[in-house]
Amino acid sequence: MSKKVHVQTNINGESVDFLCEPRNSLLEVLRDELDLTGAKEGCNNGNCGACNVIMDGRLVNSCCVLGVEADGCELTTIEGVGSAANLHPLQQKFLEHAALQCGICTPGFIVSAKALLDRNPNPSEDEVRYWLAGNLCRCTGYDKIVRAVLDARNGA
Amino acid sequence: MSQNGHKVIGTRPIRHDGVDKVTGRAIYGADIQLTGLLYGAIKRSPHPHARIKHIDTSRAEAHPGVRAVVTAHDLPQIADKIADLGEAIVNLRDSSNNVLAYGKVLYKGHAVAGVAAINLHVAQEAVELIDVEYELLPHVTGVLEAMEDGAPILHEDMKTTSMGEETDKVSNIANHFQHKMGEPDDGFAEADVVIEREFTTQTVHQGYIESHNATALWNEEGQLTVWTSTQGAFAVRDQLAEILQMPVSKVKIVPLEIGGGFGGKISVYLDPVAALLSKKTGHPVKMTMTRDEVFEATGPTPGSYLKVKMGATSDGRLTAATAYMAYEAGAYPGSPVGAGAGCIFTPYDIPNVQIDGYDVCVNKPKTNAYRAPGATNAAYASETVVDEICEKIGMDPLEFRVKNGAKEGGRRADGPVHPRIGCIETTQAALNSEHYQSTLEKTANGKVRGRGVASGYWFNFNGGRSAISVSINPDGTINMLEGSTDIGGSRASIAMQLAETIGLEATDIKPYVVDTDSIGYTDVTGGSRTTFGTGYAAHATGLALIREIKERASKLWDVPADAIDFADGVFSYKDDAEKRGTFKEVASQAGDAGGPVVAQVSTNPDGSGGGAFATHVVDVEVDRETGKVDILRYTAVQDAGTAIHPSYVEGQMQGGVVQGIGWGLNEEYIYNDEGSMTNASFLDYRMPTTLDLPMIETIIVEVPNESHPYGVRGVGEVPIVPPPAALSNAIYDATGVRLRDLPMSPPRVQKAVAENGG
Repeated sequence: MSKKVHVQTNINGESVDFLCEPRNSLLEVLRDELDLTGAKEGCNNGNCGACNVIMDGRLVNSCCVLGVEADGCELTTIEGVGSAANLHPLQQKFLEHAALQCGICTPGFIVSAKALLDRNPNPSEDEVRYWLAGNLCRCTGYDKIVRAVLDARNGA
Repeated sequence: MSQNGHKVIGTRPIRHDGVDKVTGRAIYGADIQLTGLLYGAIKRSPHPHARIKHIDTSRAEAHPGVRAVVTAHDLPQIADKIADLGEAIVNLRDSSNNVLAYGKVLYKGHAVAGVAAINLHVAQEAVELIDVEYELLPHVTGVLEAMEDGAPILHEDMKTTSMGEETDKVSNIANHFQHKMGEPDDGFAEADVVIEREFTTQTVHQGYIESHNATALWNEEGQLTVWTSTQGAFAVRDQLAEILQMPVSKVKIVPLEIGGGFGGKISVYLDPVAALLSKKTGHPVKMTMTRDEVFEATGPTPGSYLKVKMGATSDGRLTAATAYMAYEAGAYPGSPVGAGAGCIFTPYDIPNVQIDGYDVCVNKPKTNAYRAPGATNAAYASETVVDEICEKIGMDPLEFRVKNGAKEGGRRADGPVHPRIGCIETTQAALNSEHYQSTLEKTANGKVRGRGVASGYWFNFNGGRSAISVSINPDGTINMLEGSTDIGGSRASIAMQLAETIGLEATDIKPYVVDTDSIGYTDVTGGSRTTFGTGYAAHATGLALIREIKERASKLWDVPADAIDFADGVFSYKDDAEKRGTFKEVASQAGDAGGPVVAQVSTNPDGSGGGAFATHVVDVEVDRETGKVDILRYTAVQDAGTAIHPSYVEGQMQGGVVQGIGWGLNEEYIYNDEGSMTNASFLDYRMPTTLDLPMIETIIVEVPNESHPYGVRGVGEVPIVPPPAALSNAIYDATGVRLRDLPMSPPRVQKAVAENGG
């Protein structure tokens, strides 16, 4: 085992320090060190998007980022998108449209969709489908997910 | 108020567990953390078929941070015992050997040993330090090759059962069965058109996004607790008790949220290994599979070979049908060929039918249920042949299906007589749909377009044990405990049925999925049974609560209980207008008249209800240069009996369609000559993404199921059945080329079109 490294980040608006081994992925750190288990492991190689987080404004697969690479970064995880008392419009629309079944992919989809709406508040259906193609859902066939995102657009 | 006079059923409330799931707070199997937790990993076979000569675990045990290593020698060796897991029937001896290989490995990825260590990385390092000496054996991965004389034999002691009798023949064919009705030869003699074709399908995976996981704690008193994601907590409990040879009362399963299953999360894989490692170390041990382990070492659904022959008169009446169905069981017997045989011709009323099914072992992982197991393979063959017959006799394929549709009183080839079913209503709704009545331009953008239809059937398990336990809170709301794990919104659909029965809102019911020590035995969430069967129990629970509240009101109001009415959610006494109240009003006072109000109900319906039928319409655009097939429009029509929460009925239909599209166009296990799957990742095993699809239109038909108080039919499984055949028929309409091998991936379509000059 190698020495642990001290990493300083800002996660969901709060300063967070942690220690991790150089080989630990950001996803492992979030889940196992910081108890932020909203990011899910579906594949651990960047194909399913269930672990997606926003890192300095960029959407990333947290399984493909090392924990040490987060040093000095601002991170938004699903836990920072909204809360039960103050749901993000995407979260509210996912509920209204029944855009989840088992729900394991849902945090990744909501984080990804937030990253899209942050840069393009009014995407077309094609743009939504293109952007979300990095997130796999096996339950819904995507219909209700795409509708929920379209309905969460500004002016929708 | 919704239709049929219901207040709650047919509405679309927000699901009870929704907020937790959109905020990342819901706890899935891999999310659990326990004090002193160790992490486990599995050593797997790199060979598809080999004898284990020796396992040396000494280097792994000496590795810093490793706490224990286990092999099959740590498992009790158990005798043959057949168990019905709800969607699959298994031999528990095979299950044990599948959990940790004993004597032989039968597929690449077969588990050989387990390790527990202080973290996952150390456990994975230790796995590499386990030395296994193998004697390699020849392997076989194709179903037809495995049936040949001289094929490598997986189980030297397995004799073929044929037509219900064990023979002396040792072969990979575990079982051959036959269903026969009428005289097919006579039926074909009456036909004007007879079509016979061969089909192949490849191994595909359920593809749930959450990997298998299990966290076990075997405490010093011998009590085993396992936290896991499963479709059936009691099925896991019973399998563990058998595999570990311990009393069922010593095993408790805590079902955490489950990230998809589709039939694949009923069998146990990691759970017994985690239990053994916990017993050895005294610590809780968490195990999760990597994605390649999920592909290579859990239960996909089989590849198959089918030969189907059907005959019809020139005026469009089916006279006879036969099918030869050979399905890969994987490493141990038990493919879903029996289910496929029960479904293959069931959308039709055919007087003369013969079906021969073969369950065949091959050096691939033991197959498992996948959404209407066996039926999709079957429909790919039969529904493509039907399309060809319709073309030959010049009849619209949906009018043909209406004319020949199965109906009440008709018989399935495997025996049962249909009760009230919605086969013809479903096909008629597809025929009348705006989609089917619309015109499709046959060429655009230099590509060709076509339309295809197909139907499908799935039995639905209209039975099974379900338990519900409720308590009434002082504010009149209800805590509802259930044993059915919620894989896609069943907390809501079950709570809604209780709410409907007692006149409350869906939000007045708080549903909880609880552990196996806290609720009565409940069968798996599978077989499209949960909203039917546990909803049946919810209705019975509502009736029990009404009886109990009447007893309490009798004391509060000082009138006879049998003189109290309950209607439209209100209890009343006809002779005194003051003596009345809503369920909530009376229930909130009822605790003063005899203590807290609780009720426990268990039910086990007789299974007589009819199954589910679906008919799908799809428009495709085919690029002849590349073979790529794009879906332009898709409409799924299905009989739901009564749609409890229509959004989740639509969701099941849409999800099933898209899994069927993946199966039809892209998904397959690709094996190399060494018997190794070469595409065990989500990058190379190509499941549909948002970009591959349009919206999926749905039409819900409601022909009530007479064996359920609200008319519910299971809806989850049948929507996966028609898509591959509907796509094949649409590709034919576009290109003039029939594709009879799945998947109809771009290279295959391109080759077929080029060879046929299409």
